[in-house]
This record gives sequence, C-alpha cells and structure tokens, in this order.
Amino acid sequence: MYQFNYHRPATMAEAVALYGEAEDGLYLSGGQTLIPTLKQRLAAPSDLIDLSGIDALKGIKVEDGVVRVGAFTRHAEVARSPEIRKALPVLAALAGHIGDAQVRNMGTLGGSVANSDPAADYPAAVIGLGATLYTQDRDIAADDYFQDLFETALTPGEILTRIDFPIPDRAAYRKFPNPASRYAVVGVLVADFDGTIRVGVTGAGPCAFRATALEEALARSFSPDAVRSVEVPEAGFNSDLHASAEYRANLVRVMAERAVGDILAG
Amino acid sequence: MQITLTVNGTQHTLDVPENTLLVEIIREHLGLTGTHVGCDTSQCGACTVHLDGRAVKSCSMLAGQVDGASVTTIEGIGTPEALHPMQAAFRECHALQCGFCTPGMIMRAIDLVAEQPDLDSKAVRAGLEGNLCRCTGYHNIVRAVLHSAGSDQGGAP
Repeated sequence: MYQFNYHRPATMAEAVALYGEAEDGLYLSGGQTLIPTLKQRLAAPSDLIDLSGIDALKGIKVEDGVVRVGAFTRHAEVARSPEIRKALPVLAALAGHIGDAQVRNMGTLGGSVANSDPAADYPAAVIGLGATLYTQDRDIAADDYFQDLFETALTPGEILTRIDFPIPDRAAYRKFPNPASRYAVVGVLVADFDGTIRVGVTGAGPCAFRATALEEALARSFSPDAVRSVEVPEAGFNSDLHASAEYRANLVRVMAERAVGDILAG
Repeated sequence: MQITLTVNGTQHTLDVPENTLLVEIIREHLGLTGTHVGCDTSQCGACTVHLDGRAVKSCSMLAGQVDGASVTTIEGIGTPEALHPMQAAFRECHALQCGFCTPGMIMRAIDLVAEQPDLDSKAVRAGLEGNLCRCTGYHNIVRAVLHSAGSDQGGAP
C-alpha cells in the first residue's frame, strides 16, 4: 500500500473541506472494496477521508411509504433492521446476501452505491425500487444515477448522504452469485407498485439498469410466462471468465422469472 | 499516526504509519500471531477477529478505523487450561486438519452462534461463507459449530 494521510472528520462540512484541501483525496466508507484496491496499489490517494465518524450519515427511518437509509449504514445493519424487515423485506434479504458475514459487518450502503461495481447487489435495489439518492448538495433519481462502468452521477467531492427506497406492494430479488466472491453474476429485482412494474438488473451490463421490455411484459401479465416471452438482447453485456454475454442475457430472464415466482408464491 | 485501541481487554497506544493494517498491528506490533494472514485479499477469513463484538477481516481494516475500538483475537477468548466452548467443540469434533484457518473459523463461529443460536448445518455453511479451509475439512467444522450451539446434529463423528 502506498502512503497516504488519514482523516476521520466528525461532520459533513469538515469532510468536504478536507477533500477540497487534498491533492488527490478519496472518501473511505466501509473499505471492503477500497482497502483491497489500495493494497494492490491500484489507487494512490494523497488523503483518505474516513466517513465513519459522521453521525449524519447513519440511521434508518421508515416514513411516508419510504425507507430512508443513511449512506453509512452497514449491510449487516440493513439485513438485521426490524423496521426494514417489516417495511421492505426485499432490501433486508438483499443486504443479507452481500459478500460474506465479515464483509457485511463493515461494508456500507453508500460505499457500495458510490463505487457502483457492475456486480454489486445494492444497485439492483436502487434501480428496481426507483430510489432517490441524496448528497450534501442535491437529490438524484435512480434512473439518472448509474452511468457506466464505475461511473455515477456523483461529481468529485460529492458524498452520498442517504438513499430513500419507496415501498412497493410486492417485490423480490434473485441473484446468481459467483460461488467464490458472492458477487452477482446477474441479479434481478422485480417490484410492483400498484401495477407499475420496475425491473432492476445488476451484474449483466457495465452498470445497473432497468429492463424495460421485462417491465412492459410484466405490466401486461404478471407471470413467469410473460418473462419467458421476452427477448433479452446481449449487446453491451459483460463477458468475462465467469460468464459470457449470452449466458448473462439468459440469466437476466431466469433470475427475473424466479423473482416473479417468489412474489407469486407470496 | 497515534491510535489507542483495546485488544483482549488491554489498552494500547501505538504510533503507526497511516497505511498500517489491523492485522499488522495485531501480529507485528502486539506479537499476537494467532490471527493468520491467509490470502491477504479479504477472501479467506483466516484473519477474522472481533471488532466491538462483530467478526471482521483484519487484513482489510486500517489503523485509523480501529482508533478507539475494542478488538478480540483468538488469544482473548480462552486459555489452554480453560478453552472457550467453541475451541473445545473444535477439539472434540476434530474440526481442524492443518489448523491454519482455525482461528478465523472459531472467531466467526462464535459471532455466528451469538447472532443466530438456532442453527442447522445449512445455516452454518452459509454463515461460514467468508472462511475458507484449504484442507476442505468443512464437515467436522460444521459439526463442531452445531455441537457448540447445542444442536443434536453436532458432536464428534
């Protein structure tokens, strides 16, 4: 690991100021991606600004049909939260299958979503539930947030503070995990908001996206057969040693079909 | 940078470079070599310790992140004369072969039983996903965790 300066500010204002003063600063959240990256010398920030001391980034609240989760909320906290398990069980279940237990005890919602790994689980929930992402300056709709491989709408210095997840009538998430890393080879979240269907896909493309053809088919007929009738084009999909683009395209359909099956099984 | 942390009940104030990992503090600064470095890429779990009571991978944590925290390592849970019940279960069930993964397995297993006392073998295997045994000796490890959790599916083979 290269040398860096380490800071743990107590407030958002301090964190932003430290970032502004740093030659090449990076924010540190749970560190479960960033620290291995630093150890491999794939990043060399001059300053690491640890967000763990900022209370304003923490906490879970359910109000007005929305689950509000502070960006510095660890995966294990989301998975265990009685409020989230009651109001939005799909999010608790998704969080409970990220990586492994030790990773879930450190990794955070904001860290995962700011990093936007193409195979991360949370982006499927952000897209599939039509979340709103808050930073110190503005709010961003889920559909405008993910832009490309590890690229989001966040500008340099911007910090995710909170993500609001609308509560659907019914929803389910299914992923095909890489058996070694537990990252999603493909993950699909299907949500039904009073007949309006959203389908969020992670793992298949450079970043999470909506499968609009599946949404339309499911709005017409909410059934596994409707999913099977849709062609999922593989153009632009990821292809690597774990899975070809063609295989991932098939997995999108299979995971969507299983998620619909889970919802119908209640 | 200067940090203060409590390890196995003893408070230490240390002056370490910013890029020091928790596992380096434990092994190199405090000489507690029961915590192992297996893969050093946060896959294998051999470096698992408890941070404020929860299992974490000490190879993927920085010194600054543990400033003010309380850490428990394998040395802090029992003694050769009075083993922790999980250590005793591992011994009784012959849940180790080469022993390299054992400290991490035991630290994670203690956390698992604490958070989910009602375990079956499927839940133990899922709960130990972050710990790899290169001897592939999982069968007896699962038995040991179940035994420690009081399940009748556990016990010596």
